Amino acid sequence: MGTGGATGCADSPPPCGEGSGVGLARSGTTATFSPAATPLPSPPPQGGRERAESAAAPRPESAAPPPKVELRDVGLRYFGREGETEALKDISLAIAPGEFVAVIGQSGCGKSTLLSLISGILRPTSGAVLVDGKPVTGPSRKVGYMLQQDYLFEWRSILENTLLGAEIQGLDMGKARERAAALLTRYGLGQFLHHRPRQLSGGMRQRVALARTLVTEPDIVLLDEPFSALDSQTRLALADEVAEILRRERKTAILVTHDIGEAISMAERIVVLSRRPGRVKSDRPIRFATADGTRPAPFAARNRPEFNGYFNTLWQELEVHVEG
Amino acid sequence: MSKVETAMAAPAPQAGASPEYLDWLRRERRSRLSVRGAQLALLLVFLVLWELLPRAQIVNPLFTSYPSALWPTFLDLLKATPQQASILTHTWSTVLATVIGFTAAMIIGTVIAAALWWWQALYRVLDPYLVVANAMPKTAFVPIFYIWLGATLSIYGMSLAISLFVTILMIYNGFQGTDANKIKLAQTFGARKGQILTKVVLPGSVPTLIAALKVNVGLSLVGVVVGEFQSANLGLGYLIQYGSQIFKLNIVMTAITILAIVSSVMYLAISWLEAAVMRRR
Repeated sequence: MGTGGATGCADSPPPCGEGSGVGLARSGTTATFSPAATPLPSPPPQGGRERAESAAAPRPESAAPPPKVELRDVGLRYFGREGETEALKDISLAIAPGEFVAVIGQSGCGKSTLLSLISGILRPTSGAVLVDGKPVTGPSRKVGYMLQQDYLFEWRSILENTLLGAEIQGLDMGKARERAAALLTRYGLGQFLHHRPRQLSGGMRQRVALARTLVTEPDIVLLDEPFSALDSQTRLALADEVAEILRRERKTAILVTHDIGEAISMAERIVVLSRRPGRVKSDRPIRFATADGTRPAPFAARNRPEFNGYFNTLWQELEVHVEG
Repeated sequence: MSKVETAMAAPAPQAGASPEYLDWLRRERRSRLSVRGAQLALLLVFLVLWELLPRAQIVNPLFTSYPSALWPTFLDLLKATPQQASILTHTWSTVLATVIGFTAAMIIGTVIAAALWWWQALYRVLDPYLVVANAMPKTAFVPIFYIWLGATLSIYGMSLAISLFVTILMIYNGFQGTDANKIKLAQTFGARKGQILTKVVLPGSVPTLIAALKVNVGLSLVGVVVGEFQSANLGLGYLIQYGSQIFKLNIVMTAITILAIVSSVMYLAISWLEAAVMRRR
């Protein structure tokens, strides 16, 4: 990971706080970034949090396409016998179609809860979650969710595992089967269709999980620390593959992670959540200056000069609430 | 036992195995054989003692009979008389009642466990009663079952009663133990409760179901034999009761030996089923 690299970035200024005017957006769809790039003094003063989150809410309706995913003042509290826990508070976010957003924060800050809200398996206690402008009332076919581990069913073959979502959603199984086999083949698992999960390595299993998520053809893919159970080499390789697949298929992706390097290298925008109750602490685009304007692959992005600057800033932001 | 073990152990050594590996295989095989040998020896010692102690008048042969007396007694009991059915008919009756008992316990137990899983509130209400019902000595109900259900049904009833509650508790615990993340995964695809049950909870609980079946076979047999003590004129339990009343220990011991064989065969059948199911996972 890039902790060692973070020391070398003192000379390069963090390229993050420049606002939305800088023309470094990737080629093609220029309007994919929400204009919520917060001018972020780092470390931000306590009062600055409020500003950072409210800045995300109002957006120029005319210019940008309607957001694919929108959270309006979302709050979530868990109730237990010992009392209630406020997991998320006043979260407002708008995510454009095709955008790849990473949400980082320390464990227990409600990152995963945020994904559960967007996927519709949890309802917010206050505020509203919208997908394509419509309030989320339950799990929807538009949203695919990749969990921290593969959770493949040991009683099903690889192909059968991949078809779980299609079965549950009652899709045309003939077509789903073709799609699943094609996806698995593309991910290098063509000869394992009828194997059992235990016969596969961790990286292969997580690729099966990705295929399982994509067989139902969601527009939005939620990734909840999808690489956390893998060893570090597999993790880097798979990050490249997954980012490439999701970009090529123009999925809107939301990645939750506590790995700063993973977030910078994969996402084009990073939202930092504060400690519990999780609030939006900062929200900034991640841009790499390249000759052709395309975004470098995650592994290559780690070697870019901008990487260390972002890393430093984000590191400090996370550090702030270790102490505070 | 042996059939299951030979099926699982002793894969053919692959070509080009190192001498060390072959040596290891040989040692493995030797230790397996010596365990098997010790088991046989133990059985033999038991039979020899059983034969010799009564013959030497150290124990009263009237109380214990001899192993050598079993076979002639068996042949004797094979013949059906107007007063007495053949021992095969007795055995069949006991086996049938046992199979009916544990099959019913499995089906009813799984359905009730699923209902408890479905309605958590129901479980919370019933939990203490289930635990007490499971702890009750069900055999205390043999006379009552006889009055309520009559001669034949009371045997099935006892066989079911003795295994049902433990089945419900075991299977319910299995259902509860389903990985919450697997359920969450199904939910992310929008699974309804019924789909979670059929696609996640039930298939994930197959090992629990087999474990419950294993427990049930033994318990059902106990229920049947105890039921037969009270009410039947057929079955190995009846034969044991009858033999002891007329003080013919030969009959009692023959019936008990057949019971031992019956329970071993059923245990083997389930071990085989278990191995077949687990090989697929």
